[in-house]
Amino acid sequence: MRPPRKRPWIVAVAVAALAAVAWAAFTPVSFGSREEPFEIPKGTWARRMAGNKVEILPSHVYLTLGIRDVLLLKNLDDVPQIFGPTLMMPGQSFRLPFEVASSYQFACTAHASGQMTVVVDAQPDTPWRRLVWRTRRIFRVVA
Amino acid sequence: MTTRLAPLLACVLLSMTAQAAEVEALKAGVFNPAREAPDFSVRGSDGAPLVLSRYRGKVVLLAFGYTSCSNVCPVTLAVLALAHRKLGALGSQVQVIYLTVDPERDSAERLKQTLASYDPTFIGGTGTALQMAAVRESYGVTAEKIGTGTDYAISHSSFVYLITRDGKLRALMPFGHEADDYVHDISVLLN
Repeated sequence: MRPPRKRPWIVAVAVAALAAVAWAAFTPVSFGSREEPFEIPKGTWARRMAGNKVEILPSHVYLTLGIRDVLLLKNLDDVPQIFGPTLMMPGQSFRLPFEVASSYQFACTAHASGQMTVVVDAQPDTPWRRLVWRTRRIFRVVA
Repeated sequence: MTTRLAPLLACVLLSMTAQAAEVEALKAGVFNPAREAPDFSVRGSDGAPLVLSRYRGKVVLLAFGYTSCSNVCPVTLAVLALAHRKLGALGSQVQVIYLTVDPERDSAERLKQTLASYDPTFIGGTGTALQMAAVRESYGVTAEKIGTGTDYAISHSSFVYLITRDGKLRALMPFGHEADDYVHDISVLLN
């Protein structure tokens, strides 16, 4: 009877996968700042008026309570911009904190579509939630 | 020269620090720098002209809506009324102004009746369609008529604007916040 063949690479991959899962589950999620900043650059309105398709802000912005839960918009353009009912003057910023996990719809003239959705996730405060949060984040980045 | 400038620089620095702290402290969305709140003059629900700049010295909570609104406005007005009650004596330094997005149906009398059921100190404002549209535009408020005939609805912005005692448009509170959040932010702005 022949002894089973050892496949060290399978063991190595399994260990690495387990380590990655353990890291994703047990390492606390943190960012340098709780603010997620977006800038409407100078010339956005002019480029749009010239017929160019200009997408500055993503159609979906993802925030997480307790970690990154403040939306910071800066209007660096020469004309006022509307974010939701918020009329931002040139050079003005708007800082919007969120305290409830939910999905928020806003009208936004900085978007060609005129719409923006802010999805606020609950704080990933347990290993399972951290794992789910990180997995979801990977899918969102890839998508 | 340096000695003379030092107190001035200290004042500017203190003012900037206080402003930054205020921005961080509010639960509402905050504009930085705060701009002058666009002034308006419309017909008040008390029969007198309603001019925003006459409320300098008070914190103004400015809301847009209409009396036939069945879901958003009743909640907003109830929350504002509760916040006003919770403020106690400080409530006298706060004025709630409710501008209609439906001037076709909302007369001054109708606004007065509706607002009185929430808080008799609330003041409503109405005017011509053009007048009210101009006010909405200056604040970036949207309002879209849905349906036809007399039984129409209006989809409108549901934020409440927070205007400081010196007439600056400092912040806006998204729909869904509780009365305590208003009490918190008003207290910050009053102090």
